[in-house]
Amino acid sequence: MEHARRRARQWLPAAVAVLATVAIVVTAPDESHAGSTARDVLDDQQLRIMAPASPGGGWDQTSREMQAGLRELIGRTEVYNVSGAGGTIGLSQFVRFDGDPTQLMATGLIMVGAVVANNAEHSLNDTTPLARLTTDYQVIVVPADSELTDMAGLSEAMRTDLPAVSIAGGSAGGAEHILAGLMAKAVGADPARVSYVAHSGGGEMLSTLLSGRSTIAISGLSEILPQIEAGSVRALAVSSPDRLDALPDVPTLRETGMDVELQNWRGVVAPAGISDEQERVLEELILDMTETESWRNALEARGWGDATLAGEEFEDFVRSEQDRVAQVLAEIGLG
Amino acid sequence: MDSFGLLLDGFAAAVTPEHLLWALIGVTIGTAVGVLPGVGPALTVALLLPITFRLTPESALIMFAGIYYGGMYGGSTTAILLNTPGESAAMITTLEGNKMARAGRAAAALATAALGSFVAATIGTVALTFVAPLVADFATSFGPPEYVALMAVAFVTVSALLGRSLLKGVASLLVGVTIGLIGIDSQTGQPRLTFGVDALLDGIDVVIVVIALFALSEAFGHLVTGTGGTTVQPLRERAVMSRSDLRRSWPAWLRGTAFGFPIGALPAGGAEVPTFLSYATEKKLSKHPEEFGHGAIEGVAGPEAANNAAAAGVLVPLLTIGLPTSATAAVILTAFQSYGLQPGPQLFSESGPLVWTLIASLYIGNIMLLVLNLPLAKVWARLLTIPAYGIYAGVLVFATLGTFAAGGTTVDLLVLVGLGLLGLLMRQGGIPVAPAVVGLILGPIAEQQLRRALTLSEGDPSILFSGAITIVLWVVVGIALVASIVLPVLRRRRDRETARTLAD
Repeated sequence: MEHARRRARQWLPAAVAVLATVAIVVTAPDESHAGSTARDVLDDQQLRIMAPASPGGGWDQTSREMQAGLRELIGRTEVYNVSGAGGTIGLSQFVRFDGDPTQLMATGLIMVGAVVANNAEHSLNDTTPLARLTTDYQVIVVPADSELTDMAGLSEAMRTDLPAVSIAGGSAGGAEHILAGLMAKAVGADPARVSYVAHSGGGEMLSTLLSGRSTIAISGLSEILPQIEAGSVRALAVSSPDRLDALPDVPTLRETGMDVELQNWRGVVAPAGISDEQERVLEELILDMTETESWRNALEARGWGDATLAGEEFEDFVRSEQDRVAQVLAEIGLG
Repeated sequence: MDSFGLLLDGFAAAVTPEHLLWALIGVTIGTAVGVLPGVGPALTVALLLPITFRLTPESALIMFAGIYYGGMYGGSTTAILLNTPGESAAMITTLEGNKMARAGRAAAALATAALGSFVAATIGTVALTFVAPLVADFATSFGPPEYVALMAVAFVTVSALLGRSLLKGVASLLVGVTIGLIGIDSQTGQPRLTFGVDALLDGIDVVIVVIALFALSEAFGHLVTGTGGTTVQPLRERAVMSRSDLRRSWPAWLRGTAFGFPIGALPAGGAEVPTFLSYATEKKLSKHPEEFGHGAIEGVAGPEAANNAAAAGVLVPLLTIGLPTSATAAVILTAFQSYGLQPGPQLFSESGPLVWTLIASLYIGNIMLLVLNLPLAKVWARLLTIPAYGIYAGVLVFATLGTFAAGGTTVDLLVLVGLGLLGLLMRQGGIPVAPAVVGLILGPIAEQQLRRALTLSEGDPSILFSGAITIVLWVVVGIALVASIVLPVLRRRRDRETARTLAD
């Protein structure tokens, strides 16, 4: 009897998950017009979205918000996580789905960087890019009590003694590291000499910055905005082409005379080898998804910029990002 | 600032039949996933996130908090009964807990773990209620040099875990440190010890190593020695906990809480490090040091309190500054955001009622967990009447399923079995496996923080001794080192004197 009770307790999560799934299926709304063509392509199979990162990260959030948006269009989809190595572990598994239009993967700038930095076997060239979805611009911040008050001072400090300006940020080869390299290059210094302190997550990075040990930190806007609003850190500049609505008083890097622009974009790809027709239908499905109320609300709630871009233009964009990232990472010494 | 009044409002909101039901569901699921090796609260909460779009924010967060606390309770059960930690933070609990179970004291071990978890989580939650901003200030003053010093403290106290032979203990520690090096080096992005295998790029999950070294090697051991038919006598005493058990447990609970809460609040502290420190302290302070390694109840009470207090500590930076410091906290942060709440410095002022409802439900969930777990101690203990082959067949199934669920590739399973065989070799050679897990957890933190510190100072080692906190921690290292030399001498002298008085 004890054994049976034990077994019941152990199966509980699974049972709850099944019940929940049933609940979601039962309550899913009817298919809309866009969904029916997508249904043909999916051939009654469920769409699966790989988040190539652990739960809670940017790609995980992107995938789960897509899942919520797609529910209005095609009903249930599945999101699963394959974490690690800037998404390259997920990518190496994803390329095996060659020609399967029921598989999608979230991707973005960080994966482009990780492919170069880790010398990965596969790149986004082994996938079919569908659309760019969101963007998160980078903010250059200092602790509230820092002596640095503006970008002029920071540029001067970086120009005179680059290694003395320590920069805390995310993973090696990630968006923040790339921006640090671009900034060093813009002031005429050697990107290879950047004192970059890598962290595995925004939380760890923030603790190094708040402890006052690093000169500056670079962070995605959505992660750092609450700290800026609370006054525990000060923003010196943003990496966007125009000033951001959330930080109207903070200049862009361009305005401060540093010719650098960088967006931490996220998007979605399908496997290589799918037909042009399948690609067109999936792209339309994703574009319809970006029009859903649930997706619009997600952009607002998470502070993501809308960066929808699909088709030929997105493929050109991916290629130009790959070139730019490969170049700067080579100069940093990670290529 | 009337925290108490706000908390009462929180209780008023939390004690509705609906919220109590969600809390009960949460703690039950949490206990179940804590018991299962390989399935953790982070994964569970992530899987349940989509469901919660249909719940109110209060209901969802109350359920998540229940899962989170429940996971910490459940982790100790298999550690004590089966020598298989359900969570990596329960690893230390196996050291004395499983010895107690084998000596017929399983119920006492489970009870001290449940009561200790309750005491620690309650004190931790009270601390969260009233001193969270202070603790958050302390936590954010920890930069890389402070972590290096904290890791030094952890390493010097680890000697308590090494077992009887120093050489074998250190060998095991180094095995763990080496496993910790596998994967992409976070400072340079270069792969180390991956031998071209993609699945190793992200390193080997601590949970897989713990399952392999403890559960698989135990199962293989029974296979090799042919002891599969043996059972353990589950209950040798009538009472669950004797008065002397209680007297020996409560100081350990309090000390464990004192380690767990502040270290749990540190952004890179984790729930494991305080369990190491607690175990080492209990072993040093115990009046029965000879029982350590044979089932000393303090060695279960302290670490179990420490990991639950750490769970409460983790919520401090999450709620006060929006810093997620564990995988589960990161997922709960995602849940906050999907309801349009931004955890951070303004959370208390902008969404105060919700936060106080959450904190109130932590108290309620904690009481539910005690009610759920304490009477179960005797029931769980009877599991031991099942012969080893039955138990370990089940453990193998769940260990394999859990590993596959977490990683999802066959490489993970091969790594699991490979490490299980390594664990069997270590067992056969009399090498303890616990130090390997300690090395695996401490090694990478120490290495990364040391390199971060030296990057910050452009290579100048004096940064490691800068600042008040680092100096205090290094003084603790010094005291621990001196004490480890002086105390045994004093103890031997005292033993001689007692022997002499007895002879007189």
